[in-house]
Amino acid sequence: MEQLVESISKIPQLIVYGIISGSILTLGAVGLSLTYKILNFANFAHGDVMALGAFFALASLTFLRWLGVSATPFGSLSFGFPMIIAFIIAILLTAVTVIIIDRILYKKLRKTGRIILLVASVGVALSLRNIIQFIWGPDPQYYFKKIQIAKKILGIRIKPDEILIIGIAVLLVLLLHLFLQYTKMGKAMRATSDNMELARVTGIDTDKIIIWTWVIGSALAAVGGILVGIENKFITPELGWQLLLPIFAAVILGGIGNPYGAMAGAMIIGLSEEISTAFISTAYKPAVAFIILVIVLLFKPKGLFGGK
Amino acid sequence: MENLVGILNYLVFFAITAGIYAVLCLGLNIHWGYTGLLNIGIAGFYAVGAYTSALLSGPPPGAMDLRIFGGFELPFVVGLLGAAVVSGIIAFLIGIPTLRLREDYLAIATIGIAETIRLILKNADWLTNSVWGIKHIPSPLFDPIQSGISGFLKDYPNIPQWLKSLISNGYNWFYLILILAILALIYIVSERIVRSPWGRVLRAIREDEDMAAMSGKNIFWFKMQSLVLGAMIVGMGGSLYAHYAKFIDANTFEPFYGTFLIWVMLIAGGSGNNKGAILGAFVIWGIWAGTDFFSGYLALSGIRVASLRVIAIGILLELILLYRPQGILGEEKRVSKMIKD
Repeated sequence: MEQLVESISKIPQLIVYGIISGSILTLGAVGLSLTYKILNFANFAHGDVMALGAFFALASLTFLRWLGVSATPFGSLSFGFPMIIAFIIAILLTAVTVIIIDRILYKKLRKTGRIILLVASVGVALSLRNIIQFIWGPDPQYYFKKIQIAKKILGIRIKPDEILIIGIAVLLVLLLHLFLQYTKMGKAMRATSDNMELARVTGIDTDKIIIWTWVIGSALAAVGGILVGIENKFITPELGWQLLLPIFAAVILGGIGNPYGAMAGAMIIGLSEEISTAFISTAYKPAVAFIILVIVLLFKPKGLFGGK
Repeated sequence: MENLVGILNYLVFFAITAGIYAVLCLGLNIHWGYTGLLNIGIAGFYAVGAYTSALLSGPPPGAMDLRIFGGFELPFVVGLLGAAVVSGIIAFLIGIPTLRLREDYLAIATIGIAETIRLILKNADWLTNSVWGIKHIPSPLFDPIQSGISGFLKDYPNIPQWLKSLISNGYNWFYLILILAILALIYIVSERIVRSPWGRVLRAIREDEDMAAMSGKNIFWFKMQSLVLGAMIVGMGGSLYAHYAKFIDANTFEPFYGTFLIWVMLIAGGSGNNKGAILGAFVIWGIWAGTDFFSGYLALSGIRVASLRVIAIGILLELILLYRPQGILGEEKRVSKMIKD
């Protein structure tokens, strides 16, 4: 009984951690959901694309440090100006890499069907992970060594970096929403997602849509990967593999192809993973996403909001 | 002569590993090759097989072990069959939520089960001895064969050195024969069943699920049988590995060795072709082991070389998918025991 009370008293803090991790997962899940629906295949390399973004940022930071760019942190955040540049470079390089992979591999396999694409993406995932490991080695890499002191707000500990993480996720999700709802390209993407054949008949350039989908998906993934690095303070080549199951669970939970569902799914996964640690060993945290996935597949396979 | 024996001994070692992979490939071939089931979590079933067999046939926990369960010291055959049964049960459970849905859901769920199993291997002290793994798993008939060999060497101390090193390796020869015998048995059974009406239903499901359903076939149930059967074969592969390596831990069942390599083997050899599955296992394991020889010439650390080798296998898979998707042998077009080609 006492133990239960103690577990429950941890929950408010864990909810905050859950929102942070849910924000990061959102960025991965939204991109995965879009590519899943528009390109019509489950991209098992998406987690490793997130890791790739994180490592491109690391490379940029190293390069800027070598150039001697001042890294004085902004206010109480743990990073400064170089991080902004790192975000931009990482987004660009990740998107370019993914488009190159699409042109030399996925594009040619598209006519053979989504299952072969899925298998190919498993190969891409392993190759990306090992390219990262080849360059940086298996040990954790740090963006910055500074240790940040958490602030206490209403008895809950949160670091300035973490507030920024949530802020960035909310901002990007909002931008994506505006893009999908109000721009011509966004509307074309939604149309393609609903029915590619019909979209093509109405004169939508579906190849252009595919490129845009990759760009948006990989940009969001790259940011998500970097935010993992900021939150955890370190990144490893295994990062992508660890993210894969939670983001897939989030996408299926929200209904494949529904970016808003993916956001909700990511929040549910993030919160459940963190809150579970009050009751079960932290070691089994990664299994929580799997258990939720199985429950969803059993009772609501089209996702919580799906089923049209 | 001695060099030759050295090479021969290496080849035996090589063939044992490749033979175990060939068993795993035959299991995946039932799933993917004949039914189109996307099992991306082979490592999970492989691990379950290995641990089940180790716990059934292995020794009770030692003084330093955290595990408090298992070690029933039952015969090897019990371990092997137990591995198949438990692996099949796990497959049945994972089949329930996924086999009614689109095929990619199974892919995600199998990754999930494989990762969850790996968490259990790493953390469940009482069952798996967590990161310390399970040690001293007995190899079948090891003691009688080994004492026979040392008795022989004592009786004939004057035989040439090369013959000595050949004979000292006798147990590996025995294990190779054991693996090849089990492989042959699984091969024959697989060939029989894919040439049966049952096997043709699986292929029909793979080609067009709706059409098969319209012909009155219970898709879910056939897929379930295929999933369970393939997982049982993979579980036996795990048992064969455990009793050869004598030691298993979570690292053995990493996604690369436990899942990805097997996929590359099957696709390279020819999905939907049991001969191709076996051929692929030997060819790809040959390439994988061969790249290890070249790695000595590269001025790189061991971990870097390992990464390069994985990247090479990854690129090889993509090249096969792009330029020879049917694999080396390709699928057998006509499968019936009534038609001889």
